Amino acid sequence: MDTTILLFLIQDGLINGAIYALLGLALVLVFAVTRIIFIPQGEFVAYGGLTFALLSTGTVPGTVWLLAVFGVAAFVAELWRKRHVLTLRWSARHFAWTILLPGAVLLLTQFLARPDQSIWVNLALTLAIVAPMGPYVYRIAFQPIADASILTLLIAAVGVHLSMVGLGLVFFGAEGLRAPALTDMSFDLGPLPVSGQSIAVFVVAAILIAGLYVFFDRMLHGKALRATAINRLGARLVGIPAANAGQLAFLLASALGAVSGILIAPVTTVYYDTGFLIGLKGFVAAIVGAMASYPVTALAALGVGLVEAFASFYASNFKEVIVFVLIVPVLMWRSLHTAHVEEDE
Amino acid sequence: MASRLALPLFVLGLILLGTLPDVPPFWITLANNIGLAALVAIGLVLLTGVGGMTSFGQAAFVGFGAYTTAVLTTTYGVSPWLSLPCALVVTALAAVLLGLITVRLSGHYLPLGTLAWGISLYFLFGKIEWLGRNDGITGIPPLSIGPWSLIDPKATYWVIWIAVLLAAIGTTNLLSSRIGRAIRALRRGGLAAESFGVDRMRVKLIVFVYAALLAGLSGWLYAHLQRSVNPTPFGLNAGIEYLLMATLGGAGYVWGALLGAGVVTLLKDALQRILPAVLGSDIQAETIVFGIVLVMALQVARDGLWPWLAALFPSPPPVAPPANAKPLLRRTDDIAVSPLLEVSGASKRFGGIIAVDDVTVAIPSNAIVGLIGPNGAGKSTLFNLITGILALTAGGVRFAGEPIGGNRPGDIARRGIARTFQHVKLMPEMTVLENVALGAHLRGRSGVLASLLHAERAEEGRLLAEAARQITRVGLAERMYQPAGSLPLGQQRIVEIARALCLDPRLLLLDEPAAGLRDHEKRMLADLLGQLRAEGMTMLLVEHDMRFVMGLVDHIVVLDFGTKIAEGSPAAITSDPAVLAAYLGAQP
Repeated sequence: MDTTILLFLIQDGLINGAIYALLGLALVLVFAVTRIIFIPQGEFVAYGGLTFALLSTGTVPGTVWLLAVFGVAAFVAELWRKRHVLTLRWSARHFAWTILLPGAVLLLTQFLARPDQSIWVNLALTLAIVAPMGPYVYRIAFQPIADASILTLLIAAVGVHLSMVGLGLVFFGAEGLRAPALTDMSFDLGPLPVSGQSIAVFVVAAILIAGLYVFFDRMLHGKALRATAINRLGARLVGIPAANAGQLAFLLASALGAVSGILIAPVTTVYYDTGFLIGLKGFVAAIVGAMASYPVTALAALGVGLVEAFASFYASNFKEVIVFVLIVPVLMWRSLHTAHVEEDE
Repeated sequence: MASRLALPLFVLGLILLGTLPDVPPFWITLANNIGLAALVAIGLVLLTGVGGMTSFGQAAFVGFGAYTTAVLTTTYGVSPWLSLPCALVVTALAAVLLGLITVRLSGHYLPLGTLAWGISLYFLFGKIEWLGRNDGITGIPPLSIGPWSLIDPKATYWVIWIAVLLAAIGTTNLLSSRIGRAIRALRRGGLAAESFGVDRMRVKLIVFVYAALLAGLSGWLYAHLQRSVNPTPFGLNAGIEYLLMATLGGAGYVWGALLGAGVVTLLKDALQRILPAVLGSDIQAETIVFGIVLVMALQVARDGLWPWLAALFPSPPPVAPPANAKPLLRRTDDIAVSPLLEVSGASKRFGGIIAVDDVTVAIPSNAIVGLIGPNGAGKSTLFNLITGILALTAGGVRFAGEPIGGNRPGDIARRGIARTFQHVKLMPEMTVLENVALGAHLRGRSGVLASLLHAERAEEGRLLAEAARQITRVGLAERMYQPAGSLPLGQQRIVEIARALCLDPRLLLLDEPAAGLRDHEKRMLADLLGQLRAEGMTMLLVEHDMRFVMGLVDHIVVLDFGTKIAEGSPAAITSDPAVLAAYLGAQP
């Protein structure tokens, strides 16, 4: 292996690693606030990437309808659960959030989807379409069982994953898509050509990671989220609504997923089920970070990206096997690390 | 009576389905698919619903069974019947290797681990040359009996359903045995089970391999029914489907697995036939619906459908001891060693906190020693050190003259130390009798095979009779067949004493046995403990009720902040200045 290949593999690994870092952080965030191990995180990546790719060709993506489906489902589910305590005020707000919002996004997209549309408008539209799905998914699937065990929530998350992949197939079809790069700029770094896209991936990932850090460590909203994570009942007693925290965490997660999709769609062909494997790699990183540490997760994600890059060079057939088998020793180490005597359970 | 008729009726239905001439072949195909799925789901019920280990990876074990027989019968021309044991051995080896890692994963790491190796194995099946990569292996011969080939699904139907019925009956047998009690005790952490000699990791591994073997058997049958294999049915989605079956059927019920397999298979078939016609082809609509059904099941019916179906029949009578069981043998090494227990210089640190600091205590044989001290004095930690639940940081423990510090809890229990817990550790849904019988775990020896065949009924009867005897002895005979969780907390503590007595212990460690008892119940407990002492038992007692302690014990040890501050007779302790200071604050 010569230096160019080595540098190329490292660049490739770090780009993918930056994406995995974003997803890993989203997983840590969701777990910290809701105790949900959010297996479907990757589906937002696929939705985001495909939506962005379709918008770039001027097509109205199927996700606007999917958003409407999620909105209606959330509307009906919540209405049914609250049927005995309905107030007009709540119903109106609920209607606005779950019916009017997807409707507005739908109209806006139909109005703005053009082949020559600016990339920034497409970016914003993609976020507007995919990000609200997170809170809807939370309301539909998780809010009613928010107090259940981590295990129950995990199984529910797997169920949501199954449905979301299936829905992805319905709304996008089996064809893979690739989006145009965010920038055509490129330059040479020594022997290595560096694309503007890979710089963009890094810069965006870095900004978002820094933003998350500031949000959680410095701002009241972020602190409220953390309080909910540590003690749901206690947070509720001091006036932080746990349900809102969950929805907010899911909003951040779906937005981070969509951004990851937008970043990755120009680099790799995205299929309806691509997201799952990408998300799982973020997940490997999140587990290394014990589902709790943002910096460790981010570093581990870069590591996963590098392992994957080198695995695909040396044993391309077994790339996925190698990456996922790596989780097992990490889980083992985590299990030993958290060994405790069950006393007051 | 109706509950006894359910199984014969079910078998009769199966026989009719297989023999009636006008049954559409399509029904047989569905029944075969249900049977194959049910085999996996039965294993998963044991693993997940009963043993508390959620696995998304069972489909991979189906793959091991299917691929083993596919390779052996096509590449090497081995007869399917000879490849059956090979398929099971390969599955078992894979299960032992994966299981050794998996059962050690704690909490939600365990299902995540199964997810990881489940996906990895799926990719592996699709990449390996001699497994045919993603195309798989075709041309697998059908099963045959002598010259008679079972190429017709209607013939394989019998093989599949005989296997399913045997698996269901065997698993039911296993669960209502000594091993089964140990498995059922795993779900709530298993610390109590461990303290009565159940080797947690070993039992978990047994369950893991058992579930894998059922999956491997299903894979073997699948390969010869389908006549070809490829990686798809052994992937994560299939693993999730099996989990859906077990959850939907009722994750704790063996027959619920059959129900779940039936519902999911029929639903899948209906969706695959109906929805493409409505929504256009090639859209795995069943995955969408399955996801929704799984989430809804968790939201509205977490116990699944089986309890609802079972409620239509009168519930079977609770497990009861036989009337004429021979009593179990007692411990014979009952020589009076004094002191029976010596704790010397025992220390336990948790990070920077010293919970127990250089404590030396000797418990004379045939006495009741009280261990008192304010909350957080280290009393329960000392219990955990003696019973091997926690490892000593320094110091030693000798029992009957032999060092036991650092031994495993099971070994310490085997030597005759039994305990109760400050925070009651019973299986609330099991009856008092079954809970107490767990205490006699080490006094039986029959294994998995005998339990599957119910060849251990004589021994099981003796264990249950012993449990019943101890329950009667502690005065809870009329509660014997109630779920332990339905008893008031004070009585649950007494149940724990009965369970400890089932070990036939020489030393009994009682952690706040009188808490939550009424006055007359306390008097009965004191009488019981006094009577045990008269029979030669030695006891170490943590208790806060001073009147109860002072009237009962021969000797008192006082702990405060992890150190022993005093010991002596009850009368001496009540006037000890250090003790008064610890309890009432320092004198001015």
